[in-house]
Amino acid sequence: MNKKNVSLYEEPRIGVFVCDCGSNIAGHLDCADVAEYAKTLPHVVYTKENLYTCSESGIGEIKKAIQEQNLNRVVVASCSPRTHQPLFSSSCAEAGLNPYLFEMVNIRDQCSWVHMGKRADATQKAKELIRMGVAKSAGLEPQEAIESSLIRRILVIGGGIAGLSAAQALSDMGLEVILVEKTPSLGGLLQQVNRLDTGKTARETLDEIIGDVRSRSNITCHTSATVQETGGYIGNFNVKIDTEKGMLEEMVGCMVVATGAVPLIPEGLFGYNGKTVISLMELEQKLAKNDLSAKRVVFIQCAGARMAGREYCSRICCLIGVKNAMLIKEKYPLTDVRILYRDMQMYGTYKEQMLWDARGKGVRFDVYSPENAPVVADGKVKFFQTITGKTLELDTDLVVLSTPLVPRKDSAALANMMRVPTDQNGFFLEAHAKLRPLDFAADGVFVCGSGRYPATSTEARTQGIGVASRVAAILFKEKLVKSAIVAEINPESCVGCKACLTMCPYEAITYDPGKRICQVNEILCKGCGNCAATCPSHSAQLRGFKPDQLLAQIGAA
Amino acid sequence: MKTTGETIVTKDILVLGGGIAGIQSSLDLAEMGFKVYLVEQLPSIGGKMAQLDKTFPTNDCAI
Repeated sequence: MNKKNVSLYEEPRIGVFVCDCGSNIAGHLDCADVAEYAKTLPHVVYTKENLYTCSESGIGEIKKAIQEQNLNRVVVASCSPRTHQPLFSSSCAEAGLNPYLFEMVNIRDQCSWVHMGKRADATQKAKELIRMGVAKSAGLEPQEAIESSLIRRILVIGGGIAGLSAAQALSDMGLEVILVEKTPSLGGLLQQVNRLDTGKTARETLDEIIGDVRSRSNITCHTSATVQETGGYIGNFNVKIDTEKGMLEEMVGCMVVATGAVPLIPEGLFGYNGKTVISLMELEQKLAKNDLSAKRVVFIQCAGARMAGREYCSRICCLIGVKNAMLIKEKYPLTDVRILYRDMQMYGTYKEQMLWDARGKGVRFDVYSPENAPVVADGKVKFFQTITGKTLELDTDLVVLSTPLVPRKDSAALANMMRVPTDQNGFFLEAHAKLRPLDFAADGVFVCGSGRYPATSTEARTQGIGVASRVAAILFKEKLVKSAIVAEINPESCVGCKACLTMCPYEAITYDPGKRICQVNEILCKGCGNCAATCPSHSAQLRGFKPDQLLAQIGAA
Repeated sequence: MKTTGETIVTKDILVLGGGIAGIQSSLDLAEMGFKVYLVEQLPSIGGKMAQLDKTFPTNDCAI
């Protein structure tokens, strides 16, 4: 792109575009008057009012004016830069103007929307906001986007269904994968499972996937291996992996956390003894070994879940409980199977049907309340049957406790090493619950499977495949390009007090003991400006928000 | 007759449905460098999510 080369000494020629935003802005203040006023501001050579500046015609007006009026700064007074700055600044770039010579003024969210019904005041405030924006824009400097190389290799931590699926999908895309599994075998929690709700054994399903992963030349599996250290940044992470063959050092472009979760061992709950009172996973093992002689089986759902200290719902135990109750009924129709539950979460289409199928097979369901929780003692389950108002005592041979999945003990250490957050329960926390469910806030690091939250094998696989897509969106590019709006530290005036270093939430600042100064890693820097606000010698400055630019803006207020 | 099973693959992608799932797939595919055709039955994209005011749990405006 042939960007207009703007010298700092060149006289600013500012174009101001005032947006009506339909009636969002024009309905509450006088945009024509505001645009007229903008003409009188220093360095402003062109103004234009648009119905929608973000429309194709509005963008066309900006581009045309840059060329015809020889503008070297553009100010758009419209909505929030959060949503529209990228569009406007890239439009400037398309017209040949350096995109960092664009300034946005928010006269909608911060003016027309908050001063509805006060037209004269809102108009006056819009004028003042634009005056400030114009003053700042005159001092803006052109910047070059920051580019960095990308390594097309991915570290996947965890060899369960989520990690295996991510590895498969990434390998399909032609990317190289290093899969690290802590235990000696691949397969994760599914190795302890008997049958899936598809009817296939978990082993069959796993063997198919593991065989495929093992056969691929672009996937390297390390079992009995752990990641010891991670450093670097998106596109260029350096990792140390402790393997059976010794310590390996690798460079990877992205990292995927697929470490899963573990079933709670219900020690001290409902008389758990591992023999006549067992956990759901122990039942899976019994069924796999055809080792079930009990004639009266009672499942207790939500055992150790949805209570003080572990408030969340593990979500998959209802499905597993019903699945196993049905398996028992199919194999041993005369066995009496009861499920005591608080709420049944059989979400989706065929899963709800499973509940009805289970009833059809003779599985009996009884609701209990946590205040009146069942008591297990001496081969009997005593519980208050809400529907009849009576306390029942059931003779049982086997009690199955449906316990939740809980975070791994070592996940906190992993989170700490990889600089990613966990939630109040200890599960990994994604960047945004709705918009970025598979990303961590740290660039280039992703999460999938039960390490985030208990997931069915289908969900874990879906997430693993989804992560591959997120990774490919980064690694399919030639190079990493990021905004030039980052902090810089003047090495001449920095005294190395490290105030900025402690303030930086992204660990983008390091101290150079040789030069005794602090330095910014441009790739890690997110441009928050904390360091600039902290630096006592004003050595740390944020590009696009330097003191003279901000003071000009404040001076015009 | 060709003896191998190789065919030329068109690298453009059609996404049917402009709700949150269709939009996110389109964005990710576009980031990967593919040309995407996003088709939506209604006059605007956004689907069900566009009809929500706030979304749980962040209380972000859905639009």
